[in-house]
Parts: sequence; structure tokens; C-alpha cells
Amino acid sequence: MTSSDARGAARRALRAGRVLTGLGLLAVAAAYVRAIAFTDIEAVQGPAQKIMYVHVPSAWCAFLAFGLVGICSGLFLWLGDRRLDTFSEASAEVGVVLTGLVLITGPMWGKPIWGTWWQWEPRLTSTLFLFFLFVGYLTLRRTMFDPAERARYSAVVGILGAMLVPFIHLSVYMFRTIHPRPVVLNPEGPTMPGSFVATLLSSLAAFTLLYLGLVTMRYGLGRLRELREARHVPAA
Amino acid sequence: MKSALPGTIAAAMIIAGKDLRSELRRRTALVSAVVFAALILVIFNFARDPTALRAEQLAPSAFWITCAFAAVTALSRAFAVELEHGALDGLLLAPVPREALFLGKFLGNLTFVFVVESIALPLFVLFFNVSLKGALPGIILVAVLATVGFVAVGTVFSALTARVRFNELMLPVLLLPFMLPPLAGAAQVTAALLNGRPLVESAGWLRLLLVYDITFVTLSVLIFPSLFDE
Repeated sequence: MTSSDARGAARRALRAGRVLTGLGLLAVAAAYVRAIAFTDIEAVQGPAQKIMYVHVPSAWCAFLAFGLVGICSGLFLWLGDRRLDTFSEASAEVGVVLTGLVLITGPMWGKPIWGTWWQWEPRLTSTLFLFFLFVGYLTLRRTMFDPAERARYSAVVGILGAMLVPFIHLSVYMFRTIHPRPVVLNPEGPTMPGSFVATLLSSLAAFTLLYLGLVTMRYGLGRLRELREARHVPAA
Repeated sequence: MKSALPGTIAAAMIIAGKDLRSELRRRTALVSAVVFAALILVIFNFARDPTALRAEQLAPSAFWITCAFAAVTALSRAFAVELEHGALDGLLLAPVPREALFLGKFLGNLTFVFVVESIALPLFVLFFNVSLKGALPGIILVAVLATVGFVAVGTVFSALTARVRFNELMLPVLLLPFMLPPLAGAAQVTAALLNGRPLVESAGWLRLLLVYDITFVTLSVLIFPSLFDE
């Protein structure tokens, strides 16, 4: 591929990303109108339960984002295609925002419902560590200049990090089974009415669309930046 | 990079031997790591409310956090020393597989951390007034299982951060998340053993630590060479 082809592809990705992000934002807004105005208020938790329609989809997308960082890091080390590295970076950045959203909305819901901001619960702790790993991954990228070296190093961190998350989940699970706490409420609740599920699923779809839009946009930007840098500094 | 396994092991032993020999001759790293560990143990004793918390209650966490921090200080220099006088380039040019380089560094670091841990353990008994009677074999077992996995990941990150800016900060930021499973397991098992509980009760943790070790040692061996692919 010549460099002008590559630039064209990057611009197309950027444009597609903008359109998808716009649609994603509209879809999130629509899902939220549905959640607030057209879905019943939960009997026990009251309005606080509405946070779930942001919290659960962003958590789902955050795990998707980090899973894709791990997979693309592995593929990068195998195939050596720089675009996989750019995609990993884009996905990690969006992932930080999403895990941040999860970690902010979680305590907001936890305080009225559990009676505590924080619980050392497997899912909470895994998300927190996901956040730490994402931040570490991105910080490492910021400290490095050589693009080829940065791509290799961050791929190594991406793979190891993705492998760590299940171990953290399991450790916290075992930590709690040995020291059981009087847990106030099961976060999921035993059953959910159909209308809640429908709202949750539409919100999930909206957030996934938003994730795809942001990642595509960020990927296009990352590619354009790389191509411009490559023009100024001829590859060694 | 295909070579017979015995050759790789032999090369790894030579690299580990070189690191340990230079460590024994200088002793600065070992002495400072041990002093560092002793200081953390002492500070831990004062970083508590003595009327609310007995030293024994804090003992397992104090011991394992001490070992973790001492290990990070040891790992941060594992590759940094090789940058002096361009020694790393010499190592990379040597006709040995990169896996051997990893295994050598890994074995060297592992020995170093084990030595620090075995010096910290008597200090821990002294400062925290615990009795190891009957618990010692179990504590040694869990120490081995907990240390192997994170030293493997730590060796990869040590190579990775050696040439990065802010390396003394980047290593703990990257490595500490990987210490959660080993530290949680080691502290829990140590606490159970010190309370006179049998080791079989902790079989779940020991299994988890073993799987963690196998996963991350294998992954580290496989992934380490790609750090240097040029």
C-alpha cells in the first residue's frame, strides 16, 4: 500500500468513526430516555437502579476493549502489522474511559443500595485492576519514542495484562470465600422483569456502538499521526 | 533460534551464575535489599494502633508486603546493570537463544529474592513474635509458589522498563497488579499456618498459585524474545 492509499484509509476510518460515534451518542441518549421515562422504577432499589443501564454496558464494553487489546497484542507479535498496535492503543484509551465510568457509577449505586461505597467483590476488584492495567499500559506508551519498540513492548504488557484478569477474579473470589462478609444484596437480583432486560439490552447495544465509534475514530487519528511522523522521519 | 534444550539450560545457568557471582562480590544490592526489608518490617510495627491491633495480627501481611517491595527493588536493577558499559548488547550478541537469556536472568532474580526472603523470615519472627513451630515447611512451600510467578513476570518487565524513561516508577506500576494473586494467597496461607491450621486447608490457594506460576513462567519464556526482535 502506498502512503497516500494509507492516508486515504486512515481518513475514511476517522470519518466512519465520527459517524458511528454520533450514532452511538444518539443511541445512548435514546436508551437513557427509555430507561428513565419508559421503564418501571424498581420496587426495592428505587431510582438508583437506573444507574445499571450505564454501569453494566460500560463494564461490558470495558472488558471487550481490554480483551481486544490482548488479542490484537498477540496478533501484532505474530504478524507484525503496525495497524494492530494502533488499534490496541485506541481500544486501551477508550477502555480507560469506560472503566472510569464503571468505577464512578458503581459507588454511586453502591452507597444507597449496599450501604457502602466499595466492596472487595470479584467483579469490582477485577474492574479496578483492569483500570490500573490500562493506565499502566498507556503510561508505558507515553514514556517511549521509538514506534517499533513501543509497539513490541506494549504488546507484551497487553498480553500479560489480559492473562492476569482471570487470576485476579479468582483470587478475590477465594479471598472472600475464606472470609465471608455479610453481603447486603446480590447486585444482580434474582430475576429481572422483561422490560428491564429490554432496556438493558438496548443500552448495551448503544454503548457497544459508541465504543466502536470512538475506537474507529481514535484508530483513524492514530494512523494519520503515524503516517505524518513517518513522512518526517524516514523509517530506519 | 532453534537449539537443543540442554544447550539453552546450560547457557541460562551460565548467565544466572554470572549475575550471582557479581552480586556476591559486590554485595551492595543484597545488603541494601535486606536492610530495606528490615526497615519495612520495623515501620510496619509502628504503622498500627498498638491498642487495637496486635503485631501478630498484622504479621502475615507485613511479611509479604516486605518481600514484595524488596523483590521490586531487586528486579528494577536486574537489567539496569546490564546497560552499564553496553553489557546488554554483548549478551544479545552472544550465540545463545533469547529464551536462555530470560531463564538465566529469571533464575538469578529468583535466587536473589529467595535469599532476601530467607533472611527476612528470621527478622520477621524476631520483630513480630510469631512461632514458626510446625508451620515452617508450609511457609517455605507457599513462599516458593508465590515467588516464582511474579519474579517471572517481573523479569520480563525489568527488561522492558530498563531503557524506558521513569523506569524506577514504571516497573512497580506495571508489576504490582501482578502481585495481587501471589500476595493474597501467600498472606492467607501464612496466616492460616501461623494459627496452627493444617496445610491441606489451603489446598485451593496452593493450586491457584501453581496454575499462576505455570501460566506466567510459560508465557514469559515465550514472550520475552519478542522484546528484542529487531
